[in-house]
Amino acid sequence: MTSATVTGKPDEPVVATRNYLTEGGVTLRSWLLTRDHKRIAILYTLSITVFFFVGGAAATLIRLNLVTPSGIFTPDIYNRLFTLHGIVMVWFFLIPSIPNTMGNFLIPLMIGAKDLAFPRLNLLSWYLYVGAGLLALFAILIGGVDTGWTFYTPFSSLYSNGYVVLALAAVLAVGFSSILTGLNFIVTTHRMRAPGMTWYRLPVFVWSNYATSVIMVLATPVLAITLILVAAERLLKVGIFDPALGGDPLLFQHLFWFYSHPAVYIMILPGFGVISEIVPCFARKPLFGYKFVVWSSIAISVIGFFVWAHHMFVAGISLYAGLVFSLLSYVIAVPSAIKVFNWTATLHKGWISFDAPMLYALGFIGLFTIGGLTGLFVANLAFDVHVTDTYFVVAHFHYIMVGGMVSAYFGGLHYWWPKVTGRLYPEWWARIAALLIFFGFNLTFFPQFILGYLGMERRYYSYPPEFQAWNILSSAGASVLAAGYALPFFYLGWSLFRGKRAGSNPWAATGLEWQTSSPPPTHNFDRMPTVTRPPYQYRPEPEPQDV
Amino acid sequence: MSEAGPLPRPEPQYATTDQQAEAATFGMWVFLATEILFFGGLLLAYTWLRASHPAGVAEAGRHTKIVIGSVNTLVLLTSSLTMALAVHAAEQGRRKALTRLLAVTALLGLLFLGLKGYEYHGEWTEHLVPGLNFHEDGPHARTIELFYFLYFLLTGIHGIHVTIGIGLIVWLALRARRGSFSSGYYTPVEVTGLYWHFVDVVWIFLYPLIYLVGRSGP
Repeated sequence: MTSATVTGKPDEPVVATRNYLTEGGVTLRSWLLTRDHKRIAILYTLSITVFFFVGGAAATLIRLNLVTPSGIFTPDIYNRLFTLHGIVMVWFFLIPSIPNTMGNFLIPLMIGAKDLAFPRLNLLSWYLYVGAGLLALFAILIGGVDTGWTFYTPFSSLYSNGYVVLALAAVLAVGFSSILTGLNFIVTTHRMRAPGMTWYRLPVFVWSNYATSVIMVLATPVLAITLILVAAERLLKVGIFDPALGGDPLLFQHLFWFYSHPAVYIMILPGFGVISEIVPCFARKPLFGYKFVVWSSIAISVIGFFVWAHHMFVAGISLYAGLVFSLLSYVIAVPSAIKVFNWTATLHKGWISFDAPMLYALGFIGLFTIGGLTGLFVANLAFDVHVTDTYFVVAHFHYIMVGGMVSAYFGGLHYWWPKVTGRLYPEWWARIAALLIFFGFNLTFFPQFILGYLGMERRYYSYPPEFQAWNILSSAGASVLAAGYALPFFYLGWSLFRGKRAGSNPWAATGLEWQTSSPPPTHNFDRMPTVTRPPYQYRPEPEPQDV
Repeated sequence: MSEAGPLPRPEPQYATTDQQAEAATFGMWVFLATEILFFGGLLLAYTWLRASHPAGVAEAGRHTKIVIGSVNTLVLLTSSLTMALAVHAAEQGRRKALTRLLAVTALLGLLFLGLKGYEYHGEWTEHLVPGLNFHEDGPHARTIELFYFLYFLLTGIHGIHVTIGIGLIVWLALRARRGSFSSGYYTPVEVTGLYWHFVDVVWIFLYPLIYLVGRSGP
């Protein structure tokens, strides 16, 4: 191991050779057996990127099928496509997306620790993820699953002719991966903070991941046991979900949504965290109402456990239960709205610059607001009866998951890219990609609100011809979106080799992660940092740029 | 960010073993929270079954083998006592006592599994194993089948937890005999103890739900 430094090209800042990418060797073995949270984050990033393209390919085929009213694929293949898309995107991309990549990389850096509390558990979590992913791909390759990502009984437990048990096993395993990550983050946040890093000095990104982790730890096991029950019912032909066997399908839906609604917040809270880091940095202002943003994350993770039955308004729950769950679903909109107001207020009178991360963040705020407000529509009992299982719901949750979370993911990827790789990405291309994604996304999904309102059902391979124009618009948007997602793949790859050296703090941002070199050394900090100030101190004295 | 010469190694994030023990213990508590929700899903299914078919669940409960169940409760509770004593012995650095107490705990765990296996064998011969070997007549046959479906899942998953616990305790006992633990370092003993007590507490919920409630009625 050399401790000397090399200089790059004459016009570039020098880079420390002693960083996590080179320290400890560059062999495959040193990566596959690493316990460094930063390397594991890279492993996760590579693996979720694979699944993002797998899920994206399925989405492309779905949109292709829907260009014509009669469809292109057989109904059976179409069913397998949207199931594949759902399972892969939910469990193998969205849930691990921000926590396991940026969370893994940044939480120890942000709190001034040298690693997570349980580094080996962290690696085990990645192996579980990969094992589960391979199992899922295997199930897909040998024939796939046609149940939809929700595995509703009794179809999944008795009638489906897909490889349901394999898919259930894959989801079960990826669930344990997410439990281990959540556990690790909770203990790390409690026990590994640097001196002076009090709870109210934690960056909101850490708080958001903490709130996410609580959901991962408390909701995922319920999914696990539910999937075990479905698998047992399918294998033994005995079970409590199938009315023909004396069971109750509503019980399945209650158990499933007890996990899967909180899981929706797993898929958005980390995005809130990323936006809360980007907006103050590019508005050069402290985050407005820090404590409100923090506690609204906690409120969302708690209230999120009590709204699940709003997925079941037409499934046969009582009107009284429907009213209670409808009301609670309105309540949970309050903390989400608080965040949007706080980000907006942070922008007020800020010195805003429109670098790519900020474009994604601003896009996030707009798209999340649309997704959130249409969430209120579907929380309304009467309106929900009208749009249940239509494209209105599909559009609503894609505004949250894709418009929100994926935008936040790309925003964060660009924002921390210089920290992770030590290189700057090409700004012009990044802005083009951000704009393509924003417009492509709206063109894809806004028509689906209209389609849903007009009565087009989701999960059908065909539709009445009068819906064709909107569907063509949506599919056209999807191709723009696909171009937008493919673009970063190329220019970020290019920047790995040719990008300008970043220096330790290219954004002049606050936060401990910017105080160490880029890429950081394996042990993160050469001296343990001490924290004396709250986060986001962008004025009156911005951090000096370290070049 | 460049300096000549070897850079100083950073300080360990938490320097003392006390702090590390606290992190490990806290991690186990978080894991147990996961476990509670895991069993919680099954117990909800049980609650649903009992609420919708009370008479059938009562009849099914009378098929259970209360003597084995009760003896097993005693065995598992005793093993929790020996585990608690083991942690205490570890705290005081008494190596021999620690090794012996861990061995006794593991043996009690094995006894529990043995009795459980005997009980399963009895249920097999009485055709009470849903999906594989089930035959029951009468109006409540379906409910009895579902009761036993949940019974095997609950006790089976609990049994897997006991098995893992025994494995951990045997590993601890071997390490203890080699003198790996001292009054200054016994975190694995303490953390495994927490786990073992949790497995015990789960059984304390399962015992009345499986063996007692069915017999409480007329």
